[in-house]
Amino acid sequence: MTTNPGEPEGVSPRTATDAVDVRGLTPSGSPRFAHRAGSDVPFFVVMWGLGGSFIVLIIAMLAADLAFTSPKHFAAALSKPEIQRAVQLTLVSCSISALLSIWVATPLGYLLSRFSFRGRWLIDTLIDIPVVLPPLVIGLSLLILFHLPLGDTNLERIMQEAFGLRVTYAEPAVVLAQFSVACAFAVQTMRVTFDQIDTRAEQVALTLGCRRSRVFLEIALPQAWRGIVAALTIAWARSLGEFGPILVFAGATRMRTEVLSTTVFLELSVGQLEAAVAVSLLMVLAAMAVLGVVRLLGTKVVR
Amino acid sequence: MIELRDITIRSGPFSLTNVGLSIPENTYAVLMGGTGQGKTTILEAICGLRPVTGGRVLLDGNDITCWKPGDRGVGYVPQDLALFPMMTVRGHLEFALRVRHWSAAMIAERVAELAHVLGIESLLSRHVTNLSGGESQRVALGRALSFRPRVLLMDEPLNALDEVTRDRLCELLRSVQKQTGLTTLHVTHSRVEARNLAEKFFVLESGQLREQPLTQLNPQPTENAKP
Repeated sequence: MTTNPGEPEGVSPRTATDAVDVRGLTPSGSPRFAHRAGSDVPFFVVMWGLGGSFIVLIIAMLAADLAFTSPKHFAAALSKPEIQRAVQLTLVSCSISALLSIWVATPLGYLLSRFSFRGRWLIDTLIDIPVVLPPLVIGLSLLILFHLPLGDTNLERIMQEAFGLRVTYAEPAVVLAQFSVACAFAVQTMRVTFDQIDTRAEQVALTLGCRRSRVFLEIALPQAWRGIVAALTIAWARSLGEFGPILVFAGATRMRTEVLSTTVFLELSVGQLEAAVAVSLLMVLAAMAVLGVVRLLGTKVVR
Repeated sequence: MIELRDITIRSGPFSLTNVGLSIPENTYAVLMGGTGQGKTTILEAICGLRPVTGGRVLLDGNDITCWKPGDRGVGYVPQDLALFPMMTVRGHLEFALRVRHWSAAMIAERVAELAHVLGIESLLSRHVTNLSGGESQRVALGRALSFRPRVLLMDEPLNALDEVTRDRLCELLRSVQKQTGLTTLHVTHSRVEARNLAEKFFVLESGQLREQPLTQLNPQPTENAKP
């Protein structure tokens, strides 16, 4: 029980006097209680007003797409063999590039988060390049990389001779173009993930006699589950949205290197607006499904 | 036997210079000192988590200054305990033994023994995230003792525990040390703890580490006046 200076009931004469005194000074509406913090309504109105405008924009765009198209357009678009093939290639290439990104981003994120070494700032900067560059430039750079003469050969020819793999203007180019951008985002996510995990447990594990590899696999990695799932989502979504690098490096050959983002472009360029919108909505649905499923999975894994 | 010879540690603005310490075999040593004096730093230097810029660290006469933390055979109970959040209590007790490739039977035997000594048999299959403070302490202690280390380092292990738990754990620490004959260095703020446990007593103050007679720990008038 605490005593409230404003309540005089059942107290010693002195406190009672104080209370009377207090009352004397502060009848209702008196200076002591004159200040009111005021309403929080304007705060929420302004914050929601500003922030909500973005949500409204997204909903409006989706609504317009939906209004423009009809189930008939959907069916028509999906029945085209080129688009069926593009859906297939998109799902496969995005999944491969997301998995490759995680495979690379987890160790790199861990190294950057846990160890300080000379030249780390340089690596940090390098990783951010795919994030800030225009996507087209990445495609162009990949194209140049694979065709730059190395003696009397080039990387493209080496890949073909060694692995029988055609890269440029073929499916591997789609995956590589997606990976180049998606991985940068995955690395950022994994780095933040490991930054947020306390290193003390890992240090104690070191004193218990294990190697770094075991500390990573048994202590750090299990704690990074949520981050891995998040990085996978981000990499997948980035891959789905990739267009510029694919166009330059993989081309837009129907039935071959056409992914859904390319489809939208191709349909649009021949004036098939309905098909373009139908495919766009299909991508929205795919993205939402992946985000939803993975988020659900992510929270379950952690709890 | 733990020996520090003229240890110098620098990290950012903080530094400790020419610190010396010697704790003989089978001794329970207590280290006291104000906040921010570097007590934790000294423990970390002994277990290899903090590089020293000068001087030598010796364990049982071996110069381990440049050894990896895992090669030193030091059991460490950090102040924040740093339990492994994704592991069960059993996982904690088994961890160092699996690293050492003990057989399953030997691991099971050792875990049962530790759990019995520490009174955590009923917790073995629990995850560590919802243990009480005292239980977490026992798990951290068990993890540090599991692989029969040469020395045990504890950083304010009885902090933030209620008095009953603290007394019980104090008793436990004493009996464990008696049974194992483990050379122990225990960092604390509490004189009562120090008085109950110390066979040797060190104070770290203004960058100076000095051994003090145990009589220093005798109750002082101000302490008696406390309710």
